Amino acid sequence: MTDPVEPGAPANPVINVDGKAIEARPGEMIIAAAERGGVYIPRFCWHPRMKPVGMCRMCLVEVNGPRGMALMPACYVPVSDGQEIVTTSDKVKKAQDGVLEFLLINHPLDCPVCDRGGECPLQDQTFAFGPGESRFVEEKRHWQKPIPINNLVALDRERCIQCARCTRFAEEVAGDPFIDFIGRSDHTEVNTFPGESFESNFSANIVQICPVGALTSTPYRFKARPWDLEVVESTCTACAVGCRMAVQSSQDRLIRHLGIDSEPVNHGWLCDKGRFGYEAVVSEERLTQPLVRKGDELIETSWHEALKTAADGLRRVQELNGSTAVAILGGARLANEDAYAWSKLARTVLGTDNVDCQMGDGLPAEVVLGLPRATIDEVCSADVVLLVAPDIKEELPVFYLRLRAAAIDRKVALVELAPQPTALTEHAVVSLLHRPGEAAAAARKLVSAVLGRKPSSGGGVKGDEIAAAAELLAGKRVVVVLGRPSLAEPADGTTEAAAVLAANIPGLRFLSALRRGNVHGALDMGLAPGVLPGRVSLDDGRAWFQSAWGADLPGRRGLDAHAILAAAATNQVQGLVLIGANPMADFPDRTLARRGLAGVGFTVVVDTFLTDSAIHADVVLPAATYAERPGTTTNMEGRVTRLGQKVTAPGTARPDWMIATELASLLGGDLGFESIDGIATEIERVAPAYAGVNPARLAKRENRDGFVVPLAEPHQEPEPPEVAFPPQESIVDVGDVSDPMESIEVNAAEAQGETLLPRSEPDAGPVGAPESIGDLTASDGSSLAPTIPLISFAGVEPMPAPHAPDAYSLRLVTSRSLYDAGALVQHSESLKPLATVTRIRACARDLSRLAVRPGDLVRVSSSRAALVLEAALDDRVPRGSAVIDFNQPGDGAADLVDVNAQVTDVRIENVKRPSARKASDG
Amino acid sequence: MTAPKIVTARVGVAESWTIDTYLRKGGYKGLRKALKMEPAAVTDEVSTANLLGRGGAGFEAGRKWSMLRKAEPVYLVINGDESEPCTFKDHMLLENDPHQIIEGTIICAYAVGAAQAFIYVRGEFALGIERLTAALNEAYEHGAVGRFVFGSGFSLDVVVHPGAGAYICGEETALLESLEGKRGYPRDKPPYFPAVIGLYGQPTVVNNVETVSNLPWIVQKGGKAFAALGEGRSTGTRLFSLSGHVNNPANYEVEMVKTTFHDLIYDDEYGGGIRNGNELKAFIPGGASAPWFGPDQVDMPLDQDGVGKAGSMLGSGSIVVMDDTTCMVRAAWRITRFFHRESCGQCTPCREGGGWLDKVMRRIELGGGRESDLELLLDVCDNIAPGLSWPPQKTTICVLGPSIPSSITSAIKMFRDEFLIHIKDGGCPFD
Repeated sequence: MTDPVEPGAPANPVINVDGKAIEARPGEMIIAAAERGGVYIPRFCWHPRMKPVGMCRMCLVEVNGPRGMALMPACYVPVSDGQEIVTTSDKVKKAQDGVLEFLLINHPLDCPVCDRGGECPLQDQTFAFGPGESRFVEEKRHWQKPIPINNLVALDRERCIQCARCTRFAEEVAGDPFIDFIGRSDHTEVNTFPGESFESNFSANIVQICPVGALTSTPYRFKARPWDLEVVESTCTACAVGCRMAVQSSQDRLIRHLGIDSEPVNHGWLCDKGRFGYEAVVSEERLTQPLVRKGDELIETSWHEALKTAADGLRRVQELNGSTAVAILGGARLANEDAYAWSKLARTVLGTDNVDCQMGDGLPAEVVLGLPRATIDEVCSADVVLLVAPDIKEELPVFYLRLRAAAIDRKVALVELAPQPTALTEHAVVSLLHRPGEAAAAARKLVSAVLGRKPSSGGGVKGDEIAAAAELLAGKRVVVVLGRPSLAEPADGTTEAAAVLAANIPGLRFLSALRRGNVHGALDMGLAPGVLPGRVSLDDGRAWFQSAWGADLPGRRGLDAHAILAAAATNQVQGLVLIGANPMADFPDRTLARRGLAGVGFTVVVDTFLTDSAIHADVVLPAATYAERPGTTTNMEGRVTRLGQKVTAPGTARPDWMIATELASLLGGDLGFESIDGIATEIERVAPAYAGVNPARLAKRENRDGFVVPLAEPHQEPEPPEVAFPPQESIVDVGDVSDPMESIEVNAAEAQGETLLPRSEPDAGPVGAPESIGDLTASDGSSLAPTIPLISFAGVEPMPAPHAPDAYSLRLVTSRSLYDAGALVQHSESLKPLATVTRIRACARDLSRLAVRPGDLVRVSSSRAALVLEAALDDRVPRGSAVIDFNQPGDGAADLVDVNAQVTDVRIENVKRPSARKASDG
Repeated sequence: MTAPKIVTARVGVAESWTIDTYLRKGGYKGLRKALKMEPAAVTDEVSTANLLGRGGAGFEAGRKWSMLRKAEPVYLVINGDESEPCTFKDHMLLENDPHQIIEGTIICAYAVGAAQAFIYVRGEFALGIERLTAALNEAYEHGAVGRFVFGSGFSLDVVVHPGAGAYICGEETALLESLEGKRGYPRDKPPYFPAVIGLYGQPTVVNNVETVSNLPWIVQKGGKAFAALGEGRSTGTRLFSLSGHVNNPANYEVEMVKTTFHDLIYDDEYGGGIRNGNELKAFIPGGASAPWFGPDQVDMPLDQDGVGKAGSMLGSGSIVVMDDTTCMVRAAWRITRFFHRESCGQCTPCREGGGWLDKVMRRIELGGGRESDLELLLDVCDNIAPGLSWPPQKTTICVLGPSIPSSITSAIKMFRDEFLIHIKDGGCPFD
């Protein structure tokens, strides 16, 4: 955070640009200050999110220096008080003309067939600043036309103007320096290293920032002309970071995503999965019609028939087995409004609290919702960040970019507490690698050392490492990034570690590292057992919600995903609704998932694809996904932003809230919704943590970064951390977009200015707040969600340490890869080939002890199953552990894990003949 | 012409590159004397001598040392990446008197407080690198380098680093990047001087091989003795690489200002006149990037400031003589092609402009020229280096770009008719 301005401190430098006084920020470059002051200086290589290189020389302006007015690059000369700058003189004009002419002499001018044509900075600046014609009559430089530099990006070196944006992105921002300059003079080319490709989870950002058409994305090549594209601003839901992006379509079909520079979130970047995930939306394999089971087959039918079958089936379970025999799994794919609708449906119509948006692969809702929270900016400006999380680079990619930058710029000190190294390990000051299942023991030792006791070893971590970490943590502003580091063990160890840390380190804050799209929104909307919308517990919120919803709520806390599947396996849960949930792929224990799904009498699936779990369902309802419906989403830090609708859902697919509403109606209930805005308004009114967040406010342009909820908390809207190169314009400026939510009228009071305190809205919902609850009645007489305490995490009982592994076994840890067997990747043509086969990794000593060489096929057996997998060498894996990819195509980690076991031990034996693989698979 | 030989005293002596010869000829005495002085006193001597850098820019060495930012550690880098066409003085010093370079390096390091020095040598100087590294080993053994130099409290390590073939790595900031293991890209300014942010971000002195070769003498004989030679700011002697159409092309160490270009080109002691009794047509006074002079300027003294005022520079101390059989179009094209190919490729004007000029010059020389090409050439030159002013405008990061136009603008200004003949005849009249 920036220090408050002290009295007597020098004021900001004021520069004079073309006779106009502009207040600049100390240390910033002329080009940035001028732009903020309304003077645009043309540029190609300058990018506000990367270090300046001063290479293109397009930004030459006259600056009054020691030798009088002289041409200088505005991107490389820092401001100073009283500096005089001229951007429009004949001298400047000639220099800019000259640079543009130079840039164009070797440029192929194949604009008619270039993807960039129409949105090309080189075109635009030539138009605005360049010479009318070229005097170059020589032969242009030639290169082989587009060459692939990886599966997603093609490179045309003839078009390249050597601005170093891609090379800087690769090295500075992504940390994947696999594209660089080769050669010199006008034969300089940008390229990958010979025989190697540009391996990066973020590769297509270089396409977006390329100022010409030298880098194009393979999925988008020749698909559209920019002027034919329609655009809406939205939020990516491929993971929980919530990157802002422009969703573009042509002829009602999604065609491109571009990152938008959101200061608190993504700084303009997207990961490749988020960028190309739209391919899954337009996939031919999307569900377009409702299906109902007729014998062994799922048959297409009408919505009326399908919904009636679903309602009848669920009602029968309710009548025969009681409401507690009904359960709902999933919801992290949904928008907040959808999740709220299903949450309300479960509690008021189905009468069950057996709801869970997590697939047993996250953390208990109380932990996520109930610990003191931090924003991404607060993490990136903390003194110390303690990572108790999986590999952020693979699971929350753009948050990895933020954290990596903060660590590299020495803004934060990273301390890692994990069972295996991650991509951030190399940037960590201390990395505490604990034995699988012993996070809590290690955390206890760490806390003890922070509190001043003599550091000692624990959980497999050495005492001196504990001491080093404790020294960093003591007395500092610490934020914990808390996720689920491994699925080969239950969440209990992580939960206990969090409890230990929270209870003993004062002022500790947490940022959830749960990965799935809108899992935080779904949790906030109450799609978790014992949790009601707005982050209140079932018990605390019961009275308010019974009154607000006009219905009785389930009497006691329901089951989570693990318990639901276990109860289903023993036929106690008989009616199951899967909303965008695929336990067969996502639940850590596939054996239990299979038994659970088999044990359920009646299953309704609401999804976008026919998943492994859906094929056995009784009713399958096609859902609309992001870009096909408006709404809001909540990211990992609790930031609520708008989703834009751009296209129509395929076939008859409908938004999830609508399905919930109609199902409720067929079950004899009434959710009281007619529109998504109606739901949003109700959420604002009844869900305590969402007070003050409404569609009208979110629709305002200055609120495009959304709001972190709850608004009333004092740590709201922290000052932005100091950045070396202050934020500039959004990389993509969507401008005035046409969007259904844009038309919402903003009332006059709001236009006066924004307050971050909860505020009242005219009572638009069906139920008014009873006066007996709470004490908040706004001055206009309307009611507001009362002061129900938000969920807080009470801690857990310590667990016994896991048994020692036997000498023949390795203890299993799971890891994830960005490209997995999930629906988004598997239904995106371009991303699917990037998912790899499941491999099992161990260090050289363990492999050699087991007489296994890298690349060998090995039999991996646990108490659950035996698989044949490829072994790989990874010397970063601690001795005694084996790491396995989770959720890659085919058999894998979930087949080995028993969720009831405290740890998963595996034995690894060499399969002598690789050809024996098929035989042993059986 | 009785000035002492300061840097070439041992050139031509048998086995001059060995420590035995060096010691016999008074080697390492300057260092021993320096170690008994305060480091600041050594710098003062060099300032008194007014030793100008011999790499090309001619910046006062003593002042450069005094500008160092106060921070630890300080690095010393010796620039032996001599790559300018027709410049071969450092080449000779590296091969013939490596110990003098090492002694100068140690004296400089002592004066600026560096404990680590690098000597960056052009990779193609195979023999020079061999002799320099052998000499360095001898110096370590002799106690002149390493821990506690000659039993004093001063310690220094010296590393010889061979370059990898890029001309641009002679530019001091590109050299630093190259030393750090990166592409040889000149660094953008600010910071303006490596003395503030140099190697690995630390304050760094970068001096030329010839510059430090002067130090043992200056320390022994005193700065005043050095300053007594030459005149004005151009003190001491300087080594000039004389090449081209003279009878005796070679390196000559002469007293500055007291010697003229005419002396160097025509005296029997030096160039011995133009080959075959031909007429002088033009000469380049200070390396390939310097604007050309004609016969009417041949009586000018070898004075850094005087040559600068006359619109050129002494630069790297290379004088290229062209007689009346020379095609000036081809000469300018050859130089342009060199700079085109050696552009590092960072800045648009240099990267693209150099290639464009190369292509147009080639076309004219080969007979495809148009009369409008002359104005085009001059305007492209002006776009690379507006106003052709020196020091140049900051259209490029380093001065390679603004150096490209020199030969073309000189050739067009002095020999416009020759261009027109090429254009009219559709070919080169000298072929």
